[in-house]
Amino acid sequence: MAFEKDLNLDATELRLGLPGTSDESAKNQTPATLRSNNKRALPEESMSSNATASKNCDQETAPLPKAQVVGWPPIRSYRKNNLQPKKSEGEISGIYVKVSMDGAPYLRKIDLKVFKGYPELLKALEDMFKFKAGEYSEREGYNGSEFVPTYEDKDGDWMLVGDVPWEMFTNSCKKLRIMKGSEARGLGCVV
Amino acid sequence: MQKKTAYSFPEEILEHVFSFILSDKDRNAASVVCKSWYEIERWCRRKIFVGNCYAVSPTMVIRRFPDIRSIELKGKPHFADFNLVPDGWGGYVLPWISKMAGAYPWLEEIRLKRMVVTDESLELVAKSFTNLQVLVLFSCEGFSTDGLAAIAASCKNLRELDLRDSEVDDLSGHWLNHFPDTYTSLVSLNISCLGSDDVSFSALERLVGRCPNLRRLLLNREVPLDKIANLLSRAPQLIEFGTGTYAAELRSDVYSNLAEAFCNCKELKSLSGFWDAVPAYLPVIYSVCSRLTSLNLSYAPIQNPDLTKLVSQCPSLQRMLVLDYIEDSGLEVLASSCKDLQELRVFPSDPFGEEPNVSLTEKGLVAVSSGCPKLQSVLYFCRQMSNAALVTIAQNCPNFTRFRLCLLDPKIADYRTLQPLDVGFGAIVEHCKDLRRLSLSGLLTDCVFEYIGMHAKKLEMLSVAFAGESDLALHHVLSGCESLRKLEIMNCPFGDKALLANAAKLETMRSLWMSSCSVSLGACKMLGQKMPRLNIEVMDEKGPPDSRAESDPVDKLYIYRSVAGPRFDMPPFVWTMDEDFASELS
Repeated sequence: MAFEKDLNLDATELRLGLPGTSDESAKNQTPATLRSNNKRALPEESMSSNATASKNCDQETAPLPKAQVVGWPPIRSYRKNNLQPKKSEGEISGIYVKVSMDGAPYLRKIDLKVFKGYPELLKALEDMFKFKAGEYSEREGYNGSEFVPTYEDKDGDWMLVGDVPWEMFTNSCKKLRIMKGSEARGLGCVV
Repeated sequence: MQKKTAYSFPEEILEHVFSFILSDKDRNAASVVCKSWYEIERWCRRKIFVGNCYAVSPTMVIRRFPDIRSIELKGKPHFADFNLVPDGWGGYVLPWISKMAGAYPWLEEIRLKRMVVTDESLELVAKSFTNLQVLVLFSCEGFSTDGLAAIAASCKNLRELDLRDSEVDDLSGHWLNHFPDTYTSLVSLNISCLGSDDVSFSALERLVGRCPNLRRLLLNREVPLDKIANLLSRAPQLIEFGTGTYAAELRSDVYSNLAEAFCNCKELKSLSGFWDAVPAYLPVIYSVCSRLTSLNLSYAPIQNPDLTKLVSQCPSLQRMLVLDYIEDSGLEVLASSCKDLQELRVFPSDPFGEEPNVSLTEKGLVAVSSGCPKLQSVLYFCRQMSNAALVTIAQNCPNFTRFRLCLLDPKIADYRTLQPLDVGFGAIVEHCKDLRRLSLSGLLTDCVFEYIGMHAKKLEMLSVAFAGESDLALHHVLSGCESLRKLEIMNCPFGDKALLANAAKLETMRSLWMSSCSVSLGACKMLGQKMPRLNIEVMDEKGPPDSRAESDPVDKLYIYRSVAGPRFDMPPFVWTMDEDFASELS
């Protein structure tokens, strides 16, 4: 091992980072991209990632937040919501909204934060409630479908899902309702 | 000679005797003595507790007990509190209300826990039960302030309205206005769960002002601190009070008004609320502290030394709920000041943080166990534990009835010896012979379950997560715990063997929940076939079980005994493994 120092492998070693920076400072950059809000990770997966996270943790790296297992720790939602948010607000909490569908007596809840955009959200809704939303166009809303996804915004207005930019939607959506097509006419008719 | 037997007692006398028998267990025992006792008893039973709303149907209840005045129903399994039960699972109260509306017009008390209550149900309650006095909706959901308005408008004899921990859709704050001006019977009001638009403050003030028998008032978070004094001055007879947000800029007039208002509440014994509490306003309650038997600071971000100082002023405390800001040092003070303490709950202020943010360890709990001889009920969240500490705690408190320990890192070992915590929990069950409820956590092998099966003979409810190594663990519990009623398990390597070997045991219990374990679909189907009086419900959001192999583990399993047969209100992601299901697919 002493040879390495003599050979000054550091200088020749290929690695990430600017020349002149050491490994230590590269490690200190919090791996923000590795933080994941994988609340719904399968328990086996999250347990093994817990194990690796604690093993790989050395003194310099910011420890990876433990993948959250649904149901653990056993604290009720209203208590979790009440806690003082620490450094990273909004990282732990999702945007949970209720989803109902006309004719189905069962409500679901989804976390809007796990979706990157409308296509993913619509696919998830279609899978959840077993319906097809049809083609969306700005002018005509959802074409060729019996059911239409709508949402109630902060002002209490019912809008067509997809009418506003995604960020605006996740910030203002209070609840989702998959309406019967006949009832949805008149919504989102802009032009 | 005419033979006279005890059975020739006139019915009226038996009925009178039965009226002194209040516990369900005793009533049930009396009802099976003979047919005539059964008949007399069923006509005069007034109070019913249904621990699982799917264990029996409303029709069956009404058929047997024609004149009920008080009913308590529970719906979803306990793990629903921790988001393990998806929305839409069930627990609807409407079928019960609909049937009871016709059968029990004189119903006085309705208590519901973890049920889905719609506005339609509440409107039906308001319409059907003119004599309703008590409505408790504990951890319920599905209704809005419209439903509450219907109750307020119609229930002239309402004494108690308690919405604890329920999820209410906020529509308008004016539901309180629906209590007529002539309504003055309110004794207990808990609206602590309501949101911002849900309460019109002036209506609340008027209501409080005209109800001289109001003894319990738990406000919601949005009621500002500067309104409390006025409210309290209208109700100095309060015994239990929950504040709203306990934070405001320090102003001497607000401060002195509050202090005076609290001082005038000579019967105040219980305080809660304290959302966002700031230390500056804590001293206003000092005049009440010496009398307090119950204090809930679990929403208060108050830290030491203010927190400990407050606690040290409450020598009469029997019940204490607090965040882990209290730290070991504060718990030591609690232990030396509060010799009447019976119940302690310490919640985590930063449950998802990697590093401990406070100095709360096993030492705090050891101190309380040592200093408080009447301690019976514990819920304690912390980050480290040792077998030695648990043994000490067990020896100090042989009278524990409820012990729930939650180590935030689910599989953490004894921090001193790196051993599993089997011995520690073993000591708890061995010493605490009256233990009725136990929650385990930390690194645990099959050993702890052997201890539990051997010693926990009075245990009624057991909660397990990330524990055990094999089916033997589950077998120990199912075969050894004679009084077991509820067993809930998550993320444990328990499979089919123990379950199938102890199938009969399941009929003696209220329910079994297993999620993220290794019970196979085939085993569930077999149980469904063999045990007609059990409902075997498999929950899987990935798709119908018939699309998967018999050996595939099910995601969530809920088994409960029932005389009502399988239910029909299941959502698309729940399948019941009854005889029909099994034979369809074989």
